[in-house]
Amino acid sequence: MKSKWIIAAALSAGLATPALAQDKVKLVNVVELSGAGATAGTNWKNGIDLAVADINAKGGILGRKIEIVHYDTQTNPGNTRAAVQRAIDEGTYAVLGPVFSGPIGASMQIAQRAEIAQFVGGEAAGLTKQGNQYLFRTSLSQAAAMPKIANYLKNTVKAGSVAVVWVNNDFGKGGRDAIMPELEKAGIKVAADVATEQGQADFAADAIKIKNSNADAIFVYLNEEESARFLRAAKQQGISKPMVGETTLLGAKVIELAGEAANGVKGHVGLSIDAPIPAFQEFGKKYQAKYNYASDHNGLKGYMAVYMIKWATEKQKKFDSKGVADTLRGATIKPSDEPGILMETTIESNGDLDRESFLAEVINGKQVINATLPKIKP
Amino acid sequence: MAEFIAYLIAGIATGAIYALAAIGFTLVWQTSQTINFAQGEFVMLPAVLVLLAIKLFGAPIWLGALIGIAAFILIFGVGFKVAVVDPMIRHGVLPLAIATMALSIIMKEGAKDGFSAEAQNFPSFVPTQTISVFGASISLQHLAIIVVAFAVIGLLQWFVGGTRLGRQMQATAQNPTVARILGIPVERMVLLTFVINAALAVVASVLISPIYLAKFSNGEVIGLFAFIAAIVGGFNQVRGALVGGLVVGIVDSMAAAYISTSYRLAVPLVLLVVIILLKPEGLMGRKEERRV
Repeated sequence: MKSKWIIAAALSAGLATPALAQDKVKLVNVVELSGAGATAGTNWKNGIDLAVADINAKGGILGRKIEIVHYDTQTNPGNTRAAVQRAIDEGTYAVLGPVFSGPIGASMQIAQRAEIAQFVGGEAAGLTKQGNQYLFRTSLSQAAAMPKIANYLKNTVKAGSVAVVWVNNDFGKGGRDAIMPELEKAGIKVAADVATEQGQADFAADAIKIKNSNADAIFVYLNEEESARFLRAAKQQGISKPMVGETTLLGAKVIELAGEAANGVKGHVGLSIDAPIPAFQEFGKKYQAKYNYASDHNGLKGYMAVYMIKWATEKQKKFDSKGVADTLRGATIKPSDEPGILMETTIESNGDLDRESFLAEVINGKQVINATLPKIKP
Repeated sequence: MAEFIAYLIAGIATGAIYALAAIGFTLVWQTSQTINFAQGEFVMLPAVLVLLAIKLFGAPIWLGALIGIAAFILIFGVGFKVAVVDPMIRHGVLPLAIATMALSIIMKEGAKDGFSAEAQNFPSFVPTQTISVFGASISLQHLAIIVVAFAVIGLLQWFVGGTRLGRQMQATAQNPTVARILGIPVERMVLLTFVINAALAVVASVLISPIYLAKFSNGEVIGLFAFIAAIVGGFNQVRGALVGGLVVGIVDSMAAAYISTSYRLAVPLVLLVVIILLKPEGLMGRKEERRV
């Protein structure tokens, strides 16, 4: 008799398990938690965790709590492909990550074939030119950012010549290829075109080369850690010309690692916790309180990516993986509809974003926003 | 000319670090006839331990440095010899070499999981200023690396060649059996070699980390270039490791400056191939013959 009760209890427990699973929605984050992209990937992951905690605390998405899983790609394209495939095999609702453009390019077809939306942090212009209907950026693309930088170099810095230093990966090459025609259009001469390696440790020779080019300004397009190393090497070589860059050059981690060498650096910033937007600053405080350091733009990108998924799911009023992508394409998400999106964001039909951005400068070890630039299509 | 001098000084500074790490390869080779594939991680880890000591004990930098360095020399000097070399060497040099590969992974992953996957700032003991030498701006940090590295290598050379203890160490390296017959405490000499190797790694780590930043993956690059340096110079000679390190550092700097930054990683490898083809024993190495 006793054994019958045990069997009955076991059966009820077994039947209860699928019901519990249905109460959750699974998201897999495939990201660079080690290797060259560790800084960017860790910020992105933390931003995602913060969003998931916030959403779950408020009851989840359509009543279902989010179950988040993180896989470390080690900044390796092969690992990234395998991790994206694993995420899909494990029934992820959408794919989050990766952040580096190279691994994105290597893995995006897998999510596309499965018709599952993939939210990535990469900025390489080429990513959204391949007709992938399931790829969504969380940052502005280089194609949107570079014209703004060329204008800045011409009109504010008044540079007649520029030395360009870039990292020889998909991100850096994309940036270099996007800035060159913009510099030409602005009538700015390229005094030096210096390629560096991903993960490069010693930038002394590159800094000497750039110093000897006698350019009026230096455009720096490297990943976070390399940016910091380059800025230090440039200071050691006594380079005093304006250093101008894109979001990565002015990130919190770069400022922390470069120390004094980061002071005076200027550039265009897509997202920043220092932007004059209360929701960004609120996010920055929450992030700081939880992780004990300041978030860079990747933290914001990760956070907003989860809210893009939430918004699309609630918009379609059901959990439909394919429908997430269909709902997002061409949509404009306003903070009044979804506060977690933090700022008005328009998603182009190819997965690119259009939204306001900022001009910033590093002063006394802090990023200071000097101006807000409007959306390209206001 | 000024430009050339700036590239040369930068190359010598980088090369001096490779030389310190390459000497470690040489010392371990001389005492155990094996290659320590964790040598790059030996240079990476002291910086992480110093930062860890500062973080854990809230110690000032000088105390953190002392704790971190002492911990490293104890664990990876004495501990490496006792826990890895002694148990493995009786099974031959190949198992020992494989054991050092495993150690390299453990050190790297341990630093990543136990400390941080992200690069960390490492304090510099030298101000980030430049001085003018023949019109070239030379950073004080590079000059400090060159001065300290050469002083340490000079001290090592004096110790090995000019002291009784050093000569005993040399005799042990050349022929442990004969050394034992002559009454030299071979085990103690071998232990001293491993402690010196750890100390050299610490010096390299403290010198280079303010520039490279402290990161778990730094050992990959340093280990590879130091290995090339040791082969180029001559694997069985401390002087060879010094020359090899400098050659690789200078070639790397000049390649980045005058050939192409895109192919700078390939240039030392090409140098390695050329040396192996033309002078397999290395620039300063001596031929080792075996009777069959």
